[in-house]
Amino acid sequence: MLQLNMTVNGQPVSGQAEGRTLLVQFLRDELGLTGTHIGCDTSQCGACIVHINGDAVKACTMFAAEAAGAKVNTIEGQANADGSLNRIQQAFQDNHGLQCGFCTPGMVMSATALLRHTPKPDESTIRTYLEGNICRCTGYHNIIKAVLAASEQDAFAQNPR
Amino acid sequence: MYDFELLTATSLNEAVTALQNEETQALAGGQTLIPTMKQRLASPERLVSLTRIKALQGVTVTAKEVVIGAATRHADVAVQAAACFPALADLAGHIGDPAVRNRGTIGGSLANNDPAACYPAAVLACGAVIETNLRRIAAEDYFDGMFGTALDDGELITAVRFPIPEIAHYEKFVQPASRFALVGVFVARFDGVVRVAVTGASQMGVFRWAEAEAALSNEFAPVAIDNLAIDPAELIADAHAAQTYRAHLVAVMTKRAVTAAHR
Repeated sequence: MLQLNMTVNGQPVSGQAEGRTLLVQFLRDELGLTGTHIGCDTSQCGACIVHINGDAVKACTMFAAEAAGAKVNTIEGQANADGSLNRIQQAFQDNHGLQCGFCTPGMVMSATALLRHTPKPDESTIRTYLEGNICRCTGYHNIIKAVLAASEQDAFAQNPR
Repeated sequence: MYDFELLTATSLNEAVTALQNEETQALAGGQTLIPTMKQRLASPERLVSLTRIKALQGVTVTAKEVVIGAATRHADVAVQAAACFPALADLAGHIGDPAVRNRGTIGGSLANNDPAACYPAAVLACGAVIETNLRRIAAEDYFDGMFGTALDDGELITAVRFPIPEIAHYEKFVQPASRFALVGVFVARFDGVVRVAVTGASQMGVFRWAEAEAALSNEFAPVAIDNLAIDPAELIADAHAAQTYRAHLVAVMTKRAVTAAHR
């Protein structure tokens, strides 16, 4: 067993993992952070997306040991300090950007990464950036609207299909 | 996942030493290897992770070439090569999806040599040189059929040296589920001489289209290859595209790449 230390959502954490332990398993099973979901387990769906040192990665396709020493951010760390939904999460709720909610943690983490380096993305940029996130409920339209709204752009002005 | 041992190398020497053991395999970004291991299509007893070796990371630009460290991620090539070699940066910025590009590396892509990967087309079209811990390998000598390369057991790619073309462009027709190239064509011109490399199409992996190279060297315009066609006999046929469709796409992607080619 390996003893791993990393910073998760701003808190130093420590836990045990084998070499084969995937980051998503470490987060869910060792740290109890079950907001990061395992959808396809084949790096297609993006439900497991977390940020490693600020970069969006698929936690099902990375070993936990490779995140040792890193700053990891998960969906659990996204709410405001008072527990209310942050701007992006609130936009998903306001625009009905989710139905079953399974893909939502990954969608929010991807959208957060997008808006960090592109604060005002157009519709096409959002669709392209979310290529690695699959949603089987919404048909994506309301997710696109939510990201436009989160970036303080009028979703209807751009007329998402 | 089956049990195996994971080592983390912090220097090239450490990685090369670990790879002397024939049961050990190099782990770069893992975006192909980890899914492959989950499916038991590969089952190494020991992995040595390369992502913490600083000497293998980064993009260095000189007047005539770009040198990319083997463990440089696609996302970093997309940014760091944008000014000096925009066609290569554009290729890197369209591999997989954003999360894949934050892990996947150029060395990993070339060592795997997937017949539908993007980087092999750039390497072959530019006549790039693959540097390893042991030697330099010319692009023409490196690729050896589907998933095959000139790398020996325990040999590790350390960097890729790309000569910078006058103009170039990579055009790919994306297989929408996997985002690999159904067909991808990299066109590059050096001192008026055009090179055309095709990925995604052939059962033999990436290849150069010599007839198109001659025609485009003579006249760099889409019309120059109007009368040329690829023989579909050795192309890939699968659920996504028949051989004849891939042959058609090779010509279409080549023309689009020529039209879009720029410094």
